[in-house]
Amino acid sequence: MSGKEYRTITDVKGPLVFLNKTEPVSFGEIVQLRLSDGSMKNGQVLDTSDDQVIVQVFEGTASIDRQTGVKFLGDVFKLPVSKGLIGRILDGAGRPRDGGPEIVADEMADIIGAAINPYSRQSPKSFIQTGISAIDACTSLVRGQKLPIFSASGLPHNDIALQIARQAKLVDSDDDFVVVFCAMGITAEEYNFFVHDLERTGALENAALFVNLADDPAVERLITPRLALTAAEYLAFEHDYHVLVIYTDMTNYCESLRQIGAAREEVPGRRGYPGYMYTDLAMLYERAGLVKGKKGSITQFPILTMPGDDITHPIPDLSGYITEGQIVISRELHQKGIYPPINVLPSLSRLMNAGIGPGKTREDHKSVSDQLYAAYAQGRELRGLVAIVGEDALNERDLQMLKFSDIFEDQFLRQGRDEDRPIQEGTLDLAWDLLSNIDTKFLVRLEQKWIDKYHPTDKKEE
Amino acid sequence: MSEENGVIYRISGPVVTAIGIAPRMYEVVRVGNEGLMGEVIELHGDQSVIQVYEETSGISPGEPVVRTGRTLSVQLGPGLLTQIYDGIQRPLPKLEETMGVFITRGVDADGLDLEKKWEFNPAIKAGDEISAGQIIGIVQETETIEHRVMVPPGKSGVVKSVESGSFNITETVCKLEDGTEIAMMQEWPVRHPRPFIQKYAPDVPLMTGQRILDFLFPLAKGGTAGIPGPFGSGKTVTQQQLAKWSDAQIVVYIGCGERGNEMTEVLDEFPHLIDPNTNTPLMNRTVMIANTSNMPVAAREASVYTGVTIAEYFRDMGYNVALMADSTSRWAEAMREISSRLEEMPGEEGYPAYLSSRLAEFYERAGRVQTLAGDDGSVSVIGAVSPPGGDISEPVSQGTLRIVKVFWGLDAGLARQRHFPAINWLNSYSLYPQALDKWYRDNIASDFPEVRTEISTLLQVEAELQEIVQLVGSDALPIDQQLTLEVARMIREYFLQQNAFHDVDTYSDLKLQYDMARAILSFQEEAKKAIAGGAQLEDVVNVPARTDLMRGRFEKGYNDKIGDLVSEMGKQISATMGAN
Repeated sequence: MSGKEYRTITDVKGPLVFLNKTEPVSFGEIVQLRLSDGSMKNGQVLDTSDDQVIVQVFEGTASIDRQTGVKFLGDVFKLPVSKGLIGRILDGAGRPRDGGPEIVADEMADIIGAAINPYSRQSPKSFIQTGISAIDACTSLVRGQKLPIFSASGLPHNDIALQIARQAKLVDSDDDFVVVFCAMGITAEEYNFFVHDLERTGALENAALFVNLADDPAVERLITPRLALTAAEYLAFEHDYHVLVIYTDMTNYCESLRQIGAAREEVPGRRGYPGYMYTDLAMLYERAGLVKGKKGSITQFPILTMPGDDITHPIPDLSGYITEGQIVISRELHQKGIYPPINVLPSLSRLMNAGIGPGKTREDHKSVSDQLYAAYAQGRELRGLVAIVGEDALNERDLQMLKFSDIFEDQFLRQGRDEDRPIQEGTLDLAWDLLSNIDTKFLVRLEQKWIDKYHPTDKKEE
Repeated sequence: MSEENGVIYRISGPVVTAIGIAPRMYEVVRVGNEGLMGEVIELHGDQSVIQVYEETSGISPGEPVVRTGRTLSVQLGPGLLTQIYDGIQRPLPKLEETMGVFITRGVDADGLDLEKKWEFNPAIKAGDEISAGQIIGIVQETETIEHRVMVPPGKSGVVKSVESGSFNITETVCKLEDGTEIAMMQEWPVRHPRPFIQKYAPDVPLMTGQRILDFLFPLAKGGTAGIPGPFGSGKTVTQQQLAKWSDAQIVVYIGCGERGNEMTEVLDEFPHLIDPNTNTPLMNRTVMIANTSNMPVAAREASVYTGVTIAEYFRDMGYNVALMADSTSRWAEAMREISSRLEEMPGEEGYPAYLSSRLAEFYERAGRVQTLAGDDGSVSVIGAVSPPGGDISEPVSQGTLRIVKVFWGLDAGLARQRHFPAINWLNSYSLYPQALDKWYRDNIASDFPEVRTEISTLLQVEAELQEIVQLVGSDALPIDQQLTLEVARMIREYFLQQNAFHDVDTYSDLKLQYDMARAILSFQEEAKKAIAGGAQLEDVVNVPARTDLMRGRFEKGYNDKIGDLVSEMGKQISATMGAN
C-alpha cells in the first residue's frame, strides 16, 4: 500500500488532520504529508477505521490544505541507532542538528519501546555517588533508578542536573556514564547553557543530545523523549553502556499531551490533562532499569517544573507515583542563598536501602540518614514555634534540634557547584560532625554501636 | 459462519471495533492477524467493541476477528503457587522464554504447566457420592502447601473410578458414573465470584506483625482494608510487609499498574524470606500478578479479577487467603482510560459512572465463608489507593472507604519525619475490634482491649495538648500533662514506629505487642508515682533503663528480656525520688 498518495483531507484541527481513505491503514503507522509547495511533514496515525483516519502531525499543521498529499509508510516510527549517536546533537525528530552527517544505522529501532518483563529485570543496587551530600546521604541514587527533580521556575535545577551528570560515578566499578540528554520545549538560552557546560567539561563527547526547543513544534515533543530512550536502550542493552538520561522539561511534554487530547475532543481528566497521562508517563519512566543478562543500565533524571510550586499538580503527582522517589528543590532554601537548594524532607529515594550499607557506602549510612532527617524535621518545625513564643520557651532538646537545622542547611546542604564530596570522608563524616552538636541521648535513631564507632567526641575519648 | 468471524472496523489505542461478528458480552476474541487477545466490552448495533490486552500499533482495519466462545477465564490447579503472572494469567517466566526480556505481543501461554506431573493422592473412593467443591484428592504443591483438588462447581455424582499416582493437570483423575471426567485443572471466568454456601462474620484477626496495624487498627480474616496515601508515604512497603508477615496461608499479590523495579524486588526477596509461621520461604505460599504501569492497560483492568479469582480458589480449599492489590487507583484509571475510549459519559473526574459499583463488587469478593465442601475459608482484601495529591476526597478513595471496614490512612507529614509506618493514628480506623475482642481476651490477655483503649486515648490526649504546645511551648504545661506528652512520645517512637528494613524490628508477634504496650503504661505509672514523690520529670524520663528498654527492641530475644527491662526501669525511676 505504500507509495499511494491520498488527497482526501476533510478536516484539520490543531495538530490533527482527518482524512477519508480507501485502503486499510494500521494504528500507529507513520505518515508523510507533502504540501502544495513541496515541503514535507511527518505524522502518525492516532485512530483508524474503514472510513476515517486521524493523523497527528509532528511539525504542526500550518499551511496544510485539502490538496496536501498524504502517504502512509506502512511502518511504525523508527529511529536509526548506532554507536555513532554518541557525541551527536539531533533535533526533536531525530535529524542531525549539529551540521553533521545522517546517522548510519546499525539497526532501526521502534521508538515506542516494549515493556520490560518484570521477571526479566534485575534489582538496581549499585550506589551512584553524585558528590552532592544532600542526595548521596539522604536520597541516594542507584544505578537503574528513575529519580526526577521536582523544581519550579526560577530555580537552579539545570545546574544540579549538570552537576550530577558531571560528577556521577559508581563506587563499585570504573565504568563511566554516557549521558543521553533530551530537551523538550526549553529555550534556546537554556539549551546553550547545557551545551556550553557539556563542552566545557568535555562531556559532550560522551553524550547524545535530542533537542526540541520552545519554538519547535509542540507535538514533536511527544516523540523526542521516546527517541532519546530508544537510543539509551540501544546503548545500554546492545553495547553495555551505563546510560544517564536527563530530560527537561517534563512539564512541556505533558502540555503537549494535553494539547493533543483537547484537539481529539477527549474527555479530560484532572485539570484538562488526559486520563491516560499516567500510562503515557509510565511508558517513558519505566524504560529505566537493568535487565538480566545485560551489563548496561539506564538511569533516568527527568526534570519537571511544578506549576505554581504545587507538588499536588497532576504532572508532579503522577510522576511521583511512577518514579522511584523525587528530589525536591525548595524556593525557600534558594532564597536563603543555599546551593543546591534541595529540601530533603519531601525528597525520597525508594531504592536507597538497596544501594547503601556495608560494602556499598558504609554500615552506618541508614542510621545516619534517618537521624539527619528526624533532627532536621524537628528543627524546622520548631522554627514556627519560636517565631511565636521565642527561644526561651524551648527545652534543651528542642533548642539543640533548632540549632542543628540551621547548621545542617548551612554546612551540609550548601556546597560548591564544582564541589565533589566523596560519600565516606566527605558526606557521612560531615554528617557525624554536625550531629555531634546534639547530645547523644537525643540521637534516638542512631544505634549504639554506630555511636561507639563513629561519633567524633566518642572517638576522641578512645 | 459469518457470526463467528468478523473484521476490524476501527482501532483507537487499546479499543478495537469489529463488524460482522455477533459475540456475547465479555467473550474473549482473537484480534488481527497476530491473534491478539481481547474481550468484548460493548455491543453497539452490528459493531462489537473490544478491549485488547496487547499493544495494538501496526494493526489495520480489515484484519480478522475470531470468536472463542469463552469468557475471560483463569486456569486453576496445581502450579499456581510461586508463579508470577501478567494481568491475564500468562506466566512471565514463560514469556521471557518466548520473547526475551521485552514483552512483545501475540504470544499465548497457558497459566499452568500442562505437562508437569503431580503426585495425586485420592481422598475419595469408587462408589462415593461427591458434589461440587468437595475435595477429591491432595497434591503436595509446595513444601508447606497441599493443593486440595476439588470437584469443579456444577459437577456432582457417584464416583465410578479414581486414580492415584503421577498425572498432569489435564489427565482425568476421577470418573463419575454418568461419564463426567474430572481432572486436576479447572477453569473459572474471572468476572464471576466463585460459589460458596454462606458468609460468616469475621472474628479472628489477621495477624501481620505490624504493631500499629495489629494492635490499634486490626483487620479480621476475611475482612477488607483500604490504604490510601500520597506517593512516598509507604503504601507499597506496607503492602509488602503484609504480604511478608501476615499469618494467611496463601498470599496473592497483585502489582497493578505499579513500578517494574518493585515487582523485581519482591521476586528477589520473597524466595529468601522465611515465613515465621512455617519456617519455609515465603514464596511457597505466594502467587504474584505483575502488570506494571507500562504494560497494556486493558490487562491491568483484568489483573484484579484474575487475582481475586485465584484467591477464591484457594479459599475454597479451606485456606485463609490474603490478597493485596497495589494499587486499586491504577485499576480505576485503566477503567477510566477504556471508558473514555468508548466515549462513555463520564462521572466524577472523568471516571466512569460505574466506578463505585465495580469497586464494591471487587471488595465484596472478600469474606470468611463456609465453602461448598463445608470447610471454613477466607479471603482478606487489602487495597492500596493512590489519591492524586494525597487528597482522599477523590472518587476512588471515597468509593473504597464506603466499602472497606478498615482504613489505614497514610500521612505525608509522618513520612517526611521518617515516622514509618506513616499511618496516621488519629484518622485511621478499624470496625473489627468489637468482633475480635473475645479472641484477644481468650488468646493474648484478658485485659487486651482495655490496654488498647488506654494507648489510643493517650494518643488522642496528646493531639489536644499539642495544640496548646504550639501556642505556648511545652514548659508552660502542668507537670502531669508534660508527662503525658512524654508517654505519648514513647508510644510513637517505641511502639508505633517500626522499621520494615530491620531484621528484628520488622515483625512483632501479638504477645510482644501487648507486652510493649504494657511497658509504656508501666512507665507512666512509675513516673507518676515518682513525680508525686518529688522526682524531677527530666530525671524520670532520662533513666538509662528506659533507653535500654526502647533500644532493646532491635535486639534478638527481646520477647524474653522485656520483663526484666521493665522492672529495671521501675527501680531506676523509683530511685529518682531520692535524687533531690
